[in-house]
Amino acid sequence: MSNLTATSPALLSSKATSSAAGTSADQRLYGPGRTVEPVAVTGSQSIIRSLEELGVTDVFGIPGGAILPTYDPLMDSEQINHILVRHEQGGGHAAQGYAMVTGQVGVCFATSGPGATNLVTPLADAHMDSVPMVAITGQVNASVIGTDAFQEADIVGISTPITKHSYLVTDADQIPRVMAEAFHLASSGRPGPVLVDITKSAQAAQTTFSWPPKIELNGYRPVTRGHSKQIREAAKLIQGASRPVFYIGGGMIKADASAEFHALAETVGAPVVNTLMARGAFPDSHQQNLGMPGMHGTVSAVAALQRSDLLITLGARFDDRVTGQLESFAPDAKVIHADIDPAEISKNRAADVPIVGSLKEIVPELTTAFDALVAKHGRTDLTAWWKQLNHFRKTYPLGYTAPEDGQIAPQQVIEKINQAAGSEAVYVAGVGQHQMWSSQFVKYERPRQWLNSGGLGTMGYAVPAAMGAQVGNPDRVVWAIDGDGCFQMTNQELATCAINKIPIKVAIINNSSLGMVRQWQTLFYESRYSNTHLNTSQTAAGGEVVRIPDFLKLAEAYGCAGLRCDKPEDIDAVIAEAMSINDRPVVVDFVVSRDSMVWPMVPAGVSNSDIQFAHNLTPEWDEEE
Amino acid sequence: MATTDIASAAQPRTLSVLVEDVPGVLTKVSGLFARRAFNIHSLAVGPSELPGLSRITIVVHADSVLLEQITKQLNKLINVIKIIELAPENSVQREHLLIKVKADSPTRLQVTQAVELFRAKIVDVSVDSLTVEATGAPDKLNALLDVLEPFGVREIVRSGTLGISRGAKSMTDRALR
Repeated sequence: MSNLTATSPALLSSKATSSAAGTSADQRLYGPGRTVEPVAVTGSQSIIRSLEELGVTDVFGIPGGAILPTYDPLMDSEQINHILVRHEQGGGHAAQGYAMVTGQVGVCFATSGPGATNLVTPLADAHMDSVPMVAITGQVNASVIGTDAFQEADIVGISTPITKHSYLVTDADQIPRVMAEAFHLASSGRPGPVLVDITKSAQAAQTTFSWPPKIELNGYRPVTRGHSKQIREAAKLIQGASRPVFYIGGGMIKADASAEFHALAETVGAPVVNTLMARGAFPDSHQQNLGMPGMHGTVSAVAALQRSDLLITLGARFDDRVTGQLESFAPDAKVIHADIDPAEISKNRAADVPIVGSLKEIVPELTTAFDALVAKHGRTDLTAWWKQLNHFRKTYPLGYTAPEDGQIAPQQVIEKINQAAGSEAVYVAGVGQHQMWSSQFVKYERPRQWLNSGGLGTMGYAVPAAMGAQVGNPDRVVWAIDGDGCFQMTNQELATCAINKIPIKVAIINNSSLGMVRQWQTLFYESRYSNTHLNTSQTAAGGEVVRIPDFLKLAEAYGCAGLRCDKPEDIDAVIAEAMSINDRPVVVDFVVSRDSMVWPMVPAGVSNSDIQFAHNLTPEWDEEE
Repeated sequence: MATTDIASAAQPRTLSVLVEDVPGVLTKVSGLFARRAFNIHSLAVGPSELPGLSRITIVVHADSVLLEQITKQLNKLINVIKIIELAPENSVQREHLLIKVKADSPTRLQVTQAVELFRAKIVDVSVDSLTVEATGAPDKLNALLDVLEPFGVREIVRSGTLGISRGAKSMTDRALR
């Protein structure tokens, strides 16, 4: 039977025999599905031909010794546009950004050794955030593997814990199969990064290329159809709940199930909270959307989870940044948990009704099952529940106050960028305060409007990911909202953007500090600011201007337009100017107050019920009547 | 709760894992245990009856919730084909043991008697030591070790537990189409 129930000790699970629950018979190959008769080629040509048959049009990478053979036929490919990045990490994040906006597999190339190890951060990032991505790395000749050869690194070993799967290819004949498998693995089930490490000797060898290859993945059968009995069970719980809440995660976007979910949410009428990874999966303008839950979530979203009697969890994973102290999270709630990855179910919070499968299939079935129940038994009145939540929403809205030092409020910059660029633009953040403000103060109306590094929390994600997003969505405005700390980690890709006419816009929310760390130092370390001053707009003591580096000059050095804004009254004009430049990247240095803090906040390890909507101020939970 | 559910309490559990015999598969399995802080008691690996497939027998210390998580995480590894738990009551579990024990003329007879009592075998003899080979359930081998300990154990080599289900069925029957 199924491996869906909480414990079935006898036969724990068998991937090959779980068809009772509805496995995917769909081992269809990724790509347009053309056929190619056998032709004699080199291993390198086989790699490029495989990528072409897989439908790849854009690749980010840097050549080097061990991948050199492959860069030669790449030059002749009419289909594949290779973008030469300045650092492999940038290439990896660009592939992520590309994948996040298009839903297609993002591809990056690197050479062996340091080229490959520079991909570690993007691979780990893509692994945490389930981003479909294939990294192709050159490896030293098979004959010298294991001898500490020049630029040799065991990247398969290094990347095993941070990829969905990894391959070492030493035989050129295996290239088409491995490439097809890599794309299939990256894009199906729970998406993720796959690394394909190919020896230089295999790239140079003579082989035969034909398409499609036969893929051999006997140990991989992701379940896509939800168990119908479990879905009926879930519908029953939803129909009977008086304080239900939809808790939706990034899986909703990965499954492309937003439209289906919209119907479910409106049919049920329950409140919706969407995690950092799910911003945009359900429109912010929708009356039922309470916003983001968690450490910096809205009071109403956090309250909805804490006071709920039923969490309808769809593609979310009970991350510690959402649950706070796990023992006191949503204490009275039963849990429906639908996810494509069975291992997420009951990992952190035990599920009462587990459903394994794709949300694309589960969500509409849930709507149908719920409708059928309501037709028979009527619906549970949610008026009292909404009254409570609306009270919290009205009393504790997101907001901010003007900084006491008279400098720009960072939140205001972000709000105004959103007003100017709208919801058709793409917003990409780094990690830290500016990321939380970007999640809070941009209105997300559509899936794939918002990109950030959620799980791994990679500073430096924004610029290269925005570059990839712009390549994937050339007709959209792409705003990277970055911090002065993050920006300094990966801004070399501005060169790539300028040269390749990738006109991203970067807003540096420059508070001259590692702002989130500084906020924690303010709150938890008696304002002892150990090593958080960056001197990018003011000195450590404050007041005096110091700009190391001067972001305006840096932007100009990279062939970008550089703008600066340090007065609240100039924000609109500077944003308008940035919006008017479309022939090259724009970098805007927004000099903001370093004392602004991200609120609300649930301090780490504390119960969600102790959320503070401002420093040391907790909501009055019982005043709602 | 007043009583602990025996089935769910933390105890040694034996998993039989069928994997593709490809380079790095053992690293992928053992690395998973290490990075998720799952505790391995023993691990034994060797070829199975099907070409291209190996079987890994893993003993872990886990309650039912953890065991479920371990199984699900193992299943996510692409090279893992199938996992079953071998419950003690419907499986045979054996471990192989080699012990080098001191045995000079005054103690040699006692050691030999102990070895016979446990139906173990002496496989190598030298002037002042014996090498003993034994196969059995882990408890039995521990008992043998306890008995031999006073004579002076010089070296112990244990195989890790191997297990197979009782009855005619094979776990590979339906594993591959």
